Amino acid sequence: MVNERIICAGFGGQGVMSMGQLLAYAGMIEGKNVSWLPSYGPEMRGGTANCNVTVSDTPIGSPIIDHNATAAIVMNLPSLIKFEKELEKDGILLINSSLIEKKAERDDVKAYYVPANEIAVEIGNGKVANMVMLGAYIELTKVVKVETVIEALKKVFGPSKAHLIPLNEKALERGAEEVRG
Amino acid sequence: MAKILMKGNEAIGAAAIKAGCKFFFGYPITPQNELPEYMARELGKAGGTFLQAESEVAAINMVYGAAGSGARVMTSSSSPGIALKQEGISYIAGAELPCVIVNIVRGGPGLGGIQPAQSDYYQSTRGGGNGDYKLVVYAPANLQEAVDLVMEAFDVADYYRNPVMVLGDGMIGQMMEPIEFREPKKRELPPKDWATTGTEGKRKPNIINSLRLDPAELEKLNQKIQAKYREIEKNEVRYEMYNIENAEIVFAAYGTTSRIVKNAIEMLKQEGINAGLIRPITLWPFPHKAFDEIPETAKAILTVEMSCGQMIDDVKIANNGRLPVGFYGRSGGMIPSPQEIVNKAKEMLGGAK
Amino acid sequence: MAVVFKRTEGLTETPFHYCPGCTHGIIHRLVGEVLEELGVLGKAVGVAPVGCSVLAYDYFNCDMHEAAHGRAPAVATGIKRVLPENVVFTYQGDGDLASIGTAEIVHAAHRSENITTIFVNNAIYGMTGGQMAPTTLVGQKATTSPYGRDPKHAGMPLKVSEMLATIPGASYVERVSVHNPANIRKAKKAIKKAFECQLSGKGFSIVEVLSTCPTNWGLTPTESLKWLEENMLPYYPLGNFRSPEEVE
Repeated sequence: MVNERIICAGFGGQGVMSMGQLLAYAGMIEGKNVSWLPSYGPEMRGGTANCNVTVSDTPIGSPIIDHNATAAIVMNLPSLIKFEKELEKDGILLINSSLIEKKAERDDVKAYYVPANEIAVEIGNGKVANMVMLGAYIELTKVVKVETVIEALKKVFGPSKAHLIPLNEKALERGAEEVRG
Repeated sequence: MAKILMKGNEAIGAAAIKAGCKFFFGYPITPQNELPEYMARELGKAGGTFLQAESEVAAINMVYGAAGSGARVMTSSSSPGIALKQEGISYIAGAELPCVIVNIVRGGPGLGGIQPAQSDYYQSTRGGGNGDYKLVVYAPANLQEAVDLVMEAFDVADYYRNPVMVLGDGMIGQMMEPIEFREPKKRELPPKDWATTGTEGKRKPNIINSLRLDPAELEKLNQKIQAKYREIEKNEVRYEMYNIENAEIVFAAYGTTSRIVKNAIEMLKQEGINAGLIRPITLWPFPHKAFDEIPETAKAILTVEMSCGQMIDDVKIANNGRLPVGFYGRSGGMIPSPQEIVNKAKEMLGGAK
Repeated sequence: MAVVFKRTEGLTETPFHYCPGCTHGIIHRLVGEVLEELGVLGKAVGVAPVGCSVLAYDYFNCDMHEAAHGRAPAVATGIKRVLPENVVFTYQGDGDLASIGTAEIVHAAHRSENITTIFVNNAIYGMTGGQMAPTTLVGQKATTSPYGRDPKHAGMPLKVSEMLATIPGASYVERVSVHNPANIRKAKKAIKKAFECQLSGKGFSIVEVLSTCPTNWGLTPTESLKWLEENMLPYYPLGNFRSPEEVE
């Protein structure tokens, strides 16, 4: 039974909000209960942006993640420091090792290191680092199908940005490869 | 229709347009800005008018003018802005005009903060401005409910010729959830033959007014409005009873807080404690009768709010001295955690079980 | 028998409550006559906020809104946006418009809201009993300036027409007076032009009408007319400050 509570965090501009939205969107398409809750206010401007995403087979009570995250996707160092402690035991910690040299401090969580920016640049566009991380997360949890994320992307992008789909698809796939056992 | 994923503030705007809202007057304030911004983008396309007023005071008075002219009209703001609107809201209630007011509550007092709060319960349910009047106050706990209630709010406002408030908080406004637009139940809405649309020389002038210098006349107006409120109390009370059977402790919570309480109820269940929830959906009229349905198993009521304790007054009135009523609240934009709620519940039940 | 004068269709049969010698009655009549003559009574919607003219809804023979103190321009905005084909006007005093309602009048002009404002300036709060208004003249005694208005303490009287004329959206701004028949005729012309400005869709129009308050000035009606002429006219010069042609 799916009951995933994910924190996506990073600098404003790293696409952490859209990564979370995409995951929520895909969950909705697959008929699951979803919620997306952003941080808002001054801390969003230039500092760390983050969102709480819940994807669940059962109705969602509180959309707030409170020390019970099943996963955290951290794109920069301040996010790692801030959100590592929000993970529950055995939670997944996905660290963007392109920008974060520090290792996970906790040994009761499953940490994965993905050089998301390097991979993104390698496949042609540094902006899809968020999709690399999302690909890795989906590979680890199978919370939604990759095809559904692509379907959600098509809806979000619309016809004018349809040409960006293959790049995003590739980013998701490379992220998955990175954590495939 | 397929579900769509929308941000709360925008979903409220979309629901208003679906409900036939044609006019929106507002003023920027966080955390509700996405709502006027959505209306600025979309209302014109739907044949309506969005106007950014010079102040919240002006905005609500524009609402008064538009409502008096027979239009479906809405305004939105957040706590300090709603405080400014109270003058106009009182006039609208006194002149018996329909409109919808959205309050995406933030912490107070004063300028306060911008994070979610429920500290406008008194302001919303006790009138808020001068005089004896009430707003119908809806407190959605999720976005589907917000959308449903906004759509219904316009009908309820028209039906009773009374302002209706939809009370959210920063979380409801900012979060995204799947929604779909559903027609509210049909109501026979009376024609707006009182609206000031010009006499065309065919009828006596219509007058939109709350002034009655003759005390006997003013009392008569009050009696008429009060009779309407009794009707609303009879017909429009909404609440949710959750897991109430065999509950040892019953929570009272609304909106965002009720969702956190549901998590606390799950946690208590794992510890072998049966807890239930009364969730008012209408804060006014308050669901007094829900408290008559509390089972004999219950030993206490625990009110949980994102305030220093406001709804608890109504809970005590509804409880009528039967059970001990406790309170747990966080304020200023702090959100109570399920664990804190669990701890307080156990404390009320007499320590660790 | 030839009829030389009759009550305008623009007013109801309700007797005015205004004090003897107060010029509100004249101004009401002028507005009523203009609405009748322009043939727009049937599509007129008036707004009267708080002040001596708070009961104007009983006097004008058209649809009316009573509004909160100072808020008439905002209320009129709401009405006009819903009913762009109707003729919408506000009727406001100087405490209302020049004090508590400055934001609303400035921004109605700023948006060039296509409404007409009749602004009755008698340099005092009438209804509440003769308190100092922003328009009270220097040295003028009022219950809240019992020793006469001291500009060091309360500032200089506010010249509303001059101020509004600086706003690009104010299409028609004129100050008139009703202290004698010649000026009453001029006042009516200005009121008519203001409504014509609205009818031709040219945006915000306002006519400031200098008016008397014998009761609170402590003068007889005739003394009041003379006081207006001798004291108000020098500080509040009559004339057109802005016309639609100029705006175009």
